[in-house]
Amino acid sequence: MLTAPVLSYSLLAPMLIVFGGAVAGVLVEAFLARAQRAAVQLTISVGTLLLALQQLWRIRDLSSTTAAVNSVTIDKAGIFLQATVVLLALVAVLLIADQDNFVAQASAVPGSSEEINALQQKSQQTEIFPLFLFAVGGMMLFPVATDLITLFVALEVFSLPLYLLAGLSRRKRLLSQEAALKYFLLGAYASAFFLFGAAFLYGYAGTISLSGISAAFGTANEVFLLIGIVFVSVGLLFKISAVPFHSWTPDVYQGAPTPITAFMAACTKVAAFGAILRIFYVGFAQSQTLWQPIITVIAILTMIFGSIVAISQRDIKRMLAYSSIAHAGFLLSGVVALNKDGLAASLFYLFAYGFTTLAAFGIIGLVKDSAGEVTDLNRWIGLGKKSPLVGGVFAFLLLSFAGIPLTSGFIAKFAIFSAAYKSGNIALVVVGVLASAVAAFFYIRVIIMIFFTDPINDSVSVVIPSVKSKISISVATLISIVLGLAPSLLLNGADNFANFLR
Amino acid sequence: MSLLTAIGVLPLIGAIFLAVVPSKNIELIKRFAFGVTLIVAALSILLATGFDRASTKMQYVQSNSWISSFNINFAVGIDGISLVLILLSTILLPIVVLATWNEADAGRWGVKSFYVLILALETLMIGVFAATDLFLFYVFFEAMLIPIYFLIGGYGSGNRSAAAIKFLLYSLFGGLLMLASIIGVYVISGNQIGATFDLAQLATLEIDNQTENFLFLGFFIAFAIKAPLWPFHTWLPDAAKSATPGTSVLLLGVLDKVGTYGMIRFCIELFPDASKTFTPLIITLAVISIIYGAFMAIGQKDIKGLIAFTSISHFGFITMGIFAMTSQGMSGANLYMVNHGFSTAALFLIAGWMMARRGSSTISDFGGLQRVTPVMAWTFFIAGMSGLALPGLSSFVSEFLVLVGTYTRYPVAAVIGTLGIVLAALYILIPVQKTLHGPTTPGNENLKDLNLREKIAIAPIILVIILMGFYPKPVLDVINPTSAQVVTNAGFTDPIAQVSK
Repeated sequence: MLTAPVLSYSLLAPMLIVFGGAVAGVLVEAFLARAQRAAVQLTISVGTLLLALQQLWRIRDLSSTTAAVNSVTIDKAGIFLQATVVLLALVAVLLIADQDNFVAQASAVPGSSEEINALQQKSQQTEIFPLFLFAVGGMMLFPVATDLITLFVALEVFSLPLYLLAGLSRRKRLLSQEAALKYFLLGAYASAFFLFGAAFLYGYAGTISLSGISAAFGTANEVFLLIGIVFVSVGLLFKISAVPFHSWTPDVYQGAPTPITAFMAACTKVAAFGAILRIFYVGFAQSQTLWQPIITVIAILTMIFGSIVAISQRDIKRMLAYSSIAHAGFLLSGVVALNKDGLAASLFYLFAYGFTTLAAFGIIGLVKDSAGEVTDLNRWIGLGKKSPLVGGVFAFLLLSFAGIPLTSGFIAKFAIFSAAYKSGNIALVVVGVLASAVAAFFYIRVIIMIFFTDPINDSVSVVIPSVKSKISISVATLISIVLGLAPSLLLNGADNFANFLR
Repeated sequence: MSLLTAIGVLPLIGAIFLAVVPSKNIELIKRFAFGVTLIVAALSILLATGFDRASTKMQYVQSNSWISSFNINFAVGIDGISLVLILLSTILLPIVVLATWNEADAGRWGVKSFYVLILALETLMIGVFAATDLFLFYVFFEAMLIPIYFLIGGYGSGNRSAAAIKFLLYSLFGGLLMLASIIGVYVISGNQIGATFDLAQLATLEIDNQTENFLFLGFFIAFAIKAPLWPFHTWLPDAAKSATPGTSVLLLGVLDKVGTYGMIRFCIELFPDASKTFTPLIITLAVISIIYGAFMAIGQKDIKGLIAFTSISHFGFITMGIFAMTSQGMSGANLYMVNHGFSTAALFLIAGWMMARRGSSTISDFGGLQRVTPVMAWTFFIAGMSGLALPGLSSFVSEFLVLVGTYTRYPVAAVIGTLGIVLAALYILIPVQKTLHGPTTPGNENLKDLNLREKIAIAPIILVIILMGFYPKPVLDVINPTSAQVVTNAGFTDPIAQVSK
């Protein structure tokens, strides 16, 4: 006779609520009249996320390694990461709610009469909301999953909706679909690598749980452990776009609808880094001499490559894609550090970077001409003159990416580099600051284009944002500003929550 | 809140007020900015009168927790060295605002932003000299770049955005190297005495030699870029040529002093052993700067470029004085910072007026100004003479102290440095002759002499240059105790001059 697994619903509530909301969204899509869908879907999404947030607040002091048998560990860091994902998603959903970024009917062939019809009849489908919620749910599960199978499931749960979402752009549909396909194919390879590595780890330790792998250290041939770690890492490093697994990033960032890019850039980083931190801090902490050199080299390559290649970009979305690669490199220093400071710094970094990214992509969505968004940097020239406020806010966000003092990006970098230094990885710190200097160049180049160059007379303009986008961008910007001036508000929290239950 | 903090915050409040209150009245904006800087200047003189000169301790200290998880405090305080530099900044600012009343009119973003940036910059300048928390210092140090960057890029002339970005990238690069060192110091303090950024505590760390050398270099390169010292100087001439005269005054007169100030406050106080190791190298670089800057200045055809290169030469003197590690050298270097601030301000402001009137910055476009605009010519002459350290004018005292202080320890460097004085006569006297004397060049016949506003602006500077030349005692009294203290703390005693019998 099989006994039913014991689930602690109270601890899983945040995730269950989000998944429940997603299912409800699917039903709404099927049964509700078209005219009401958009409003109802948005309400469901926002409501679900708020409820999940409330539940996270309720369980903030609880912890358990057996929340779902031995597959999910709810602990301090896990709750912090989940809350970060939910908060970022809350801001992102308001950007996504601006429907005119998305194709009316995803099934219509680009350029066909069907597509034109759907647009004319305004028969906008709203499947993006449930897809979005499924992705959020997966992202919440990923950083708290503690066995390799659950990790894999979570990885797929948040990746599959993202592959679809990336292909839903209304304009430049072919580019968008190409990006989606690329993302899907490469993502599938990465998942396969992950699974392959998981098999090796199982072979090595005889268990799939992270704590089991950690406990098995020293009992079997380490070659298998190393192979397992390397292949699992490939799957994870793909998601955070570390070099050399980054090649999808610029294409997908560019091709995906901008609100989706914003969501992906902010939340995937949090989820994937959350999982990486847990896997390496809990599962592979004992075997650090095996993997630390590898991850260090990858971190260094990622920082240097991202910063240098970003210089030559002529498209703002591609540039931010390479910038996100560089930031992945900085964040990897927190993984290599392998101490409590490194974890706390990473938590702060992910939170701060997420909101800055959301705000930046939100603003990119506002710069348009008659044919839609303009991402060509040459056409951003003189934007500061046309609309000083938007230009000013964007400049501030770029300075935050660059890590100039009094921005949240600076505190984040300082925290993560000092953790790396503390763990003795001084080379990482030195390369990190040098890469930051290179990175500063391309961020500042954009500021020059916006402010110091006279506008060429063309039709690019900043559209007046909808109330939803306005709320979203201002909240994200405000959080960036506050975290720069009074980082203690979050740093103390990150410090308290920087704890993985083993 | 101490008086020091109040002085620091006041310009920022002014900037925010200016930014928020909608006003199209340009004249009113200028008057407001001038009023704020004037009040700050008055308050800082009050600050100086309340300063205990005999004490070498930090005064007007204040410390509030800012980022508690890293033990970062908003900690400020001043000793003699920082006091005179704060005075230099706060006194120069109203003068600059008054002297360059119309310089923002042709800018890219209008007058209001200009004065918002200027006022914000004043807060940062005061902050950078007052910070006693390493992290806080770094924040001011880096944040200061942003207003200057916009001031050059938005209101300058010529190839201004290229010059602005060159300035910014050089400074950021140095700053980030320093950040690596700051992290290093912070982590080491965490291992030894509990993580802290407090300067006094950091000075007590025991760091092994190799690490100390690397940490020292991180700081030193940042400051050498800022100061600027050969071979890190190449951004300065471009920036000075492109910036408006007022911005150039702040850039060369005050901001570059952060570099030399940093060498004293951080390089020497935190890493005395490494300073000792690198002294021969640094003295060499300083001597090269003196001679190189002088030769380049002689060859300049552009009046702004001329002043920029003379400054590189002068910064060579200051650096030499600092690393001579004698109390005379240190006092001389500190006094030099102040004097150089005033004489460069005079040169740049008057050059700015000349250029605005003639519409050119090429030296050969001027000639015979003495006849057409006697007041302007005389003030330029006095400023120039101060630049070449004519006895009786302020720079002479400091240059003399630096050379004496250096000679007792590094006679060869001092002797070569003296050559810089000879060259200074060339690079000042030739342009003075070309611009002021001889027949009036065509096109210059109708230039107007200084108006009342300009005369009022330049008068205090000329007064300071002359007074400090004859009676530097009040300033030296403030500087000397702290300077001697720095040298002693670094483990040096003044060598006794050997007289052969």
